[in-house]
Amino acid sequence: MFRLKVADLAKRFGSRKVFSGLTFELSTGDSLAVVGPNGSGKSTLLMTLLSLYRPTKGQVEYFEEDHTLDEFQVRSHTSFVSPYLNLYDQLSAEENLKFFSAVGGGAVTGKQINRLLKKVGLDGRGSDLVVEYSSGMKQRLKYAVALLKNPAFLFLDEPNSNLDKEGKQLVADIVKKYRSQCITIIATNNEKESHLAQKQFRLGL
Amino acid sequence: MPKSSSGLAYRALAVFIKDIRLELRTRYALNAVLMFAVTTLAAVSFSVGQSGLSAQLLAALFWIILFFSAMSGLAQAFIREEEAATATTLRLMADPDSVYIGKLMFNFTLLCVLAAIITPIFFIFTDAPTDNLPVFVLVLVMGVIGLVAATTLVAAIIAKAFVKGALFAVLSFPILMPLLLVLILATEKVMGGGTLGDIATEVQFTVAYGVVMIAGSILLFKFVWGE
Repeated sequence: MFRLKVADLAKRFGSRKVFSGLTFELSTGDSLAVVGPNGSGKSTLLMTLLSLYRPTKGQVEYFEEDHTLDEFQVRSHTSFVSPYLNLYDQLSAEENLKFFSAVGGGAVTGKQINRLLKKVGLDGRGSDLVVEYSSGMKQRLKYAVALLKNPAFLFLDEPNSNLDKEGKQLVADIVKKYRSQCITIIATNNEKESHLAQKQFRLGL
Repeated sequence: MPKSSSGLAYRALAVFIKDIRLELRTRYALNAVLMFAVTTLAAVSFSVGQSGLSAQLLAALFWIILFFSAMSGLAQAFIREEEAATATTLRLMADPDSVYIGKLMFNFTLLCVLAAIITPIFFIFTDAPTDNLPVFVLVLVMGVIGLVAATTLVAAIIAKAFVKGALFAVLSFPILMPLLLVLILATEKVMGGGTLGDIATEVQFTVAYGVVMIAGSILLFKFVWGE
């Protein structure tokens, strides 16, 4: 059982306040949609939760049972799909998957790669360089990278961006599959996407 | 992300192999380094030719060429990550130690390739003495390790800045100054016929410099990289 505890979280960029006073707690099986207009700080909140941004004030703590997880333990349990996370354009999809598995300490096999690529609708395109992919295919590949591990924390920022109808269905299937096994946070300004989560949290009011 | 030491070697190797693969496909750093090296070597050789320069001048010229060529390329491993916006992904997926060691190995390989190309051309064009080649190669390898150890952390710092190129040389120069002076002195002795015993102090300094720089960088890198 994993827990995420956020207390009085605030973030400023210089004199501009992005958000403040955020307090919530989530456990395995909880899913939260962070909604709000453009510029309301949804992506910033996700980046702050993952220590990619330093909070101006407040605390973010992760727990496995009763013990606190450090930043690197958290990241090893996290899958994050975001427009801000780029993959290596000059590597093929297979090479990207092998690399991200290896730097995480794993060793993904060719069979597993083929299975992942099939799952995200990229079968037969694994040896192509990512630079040759469309934006939708790149987004699908991000999901394949995210599914390299069995996440305890699944963070999705604008999960359907650039995806076609089948791609959106793929995202819905992934969220439904993992929602009960992990803490899911979805940052979106799309009404349909927000319904993938059980709870809603509005930023920018 | 397992944190065992054997896991660390495996993960660092993954970063290294990825960087080598990207470099072979894009020639991003290699082209910058080689163009600078060839230009400076050509300028030096045409101006001084085989005019019998002193060992002191030859040693200084050699390390100046290697230093500035290295400055044009060693930061690319980090700059490429920032410019392609893959740095955030790497931060999220890899632990800082494996990123630092992988990049260090990549920069070491890059500088070894550079040194392997520059050195014979330099010796041919300047007619520098080659009597003590094994000792010269030892000084060269120690120098490459020292240069890479000091500049890899600086490269990570400047990768996020707007004026990357200028800042890299400006920040690296004070850190590298003592190393360069010692390397020039050791090279001068070797070119003047000195043996390994004659440069023992310089070798000790260079080893100590490399160890301190790498140890310090490993301790500091997580703060630089995570910021």
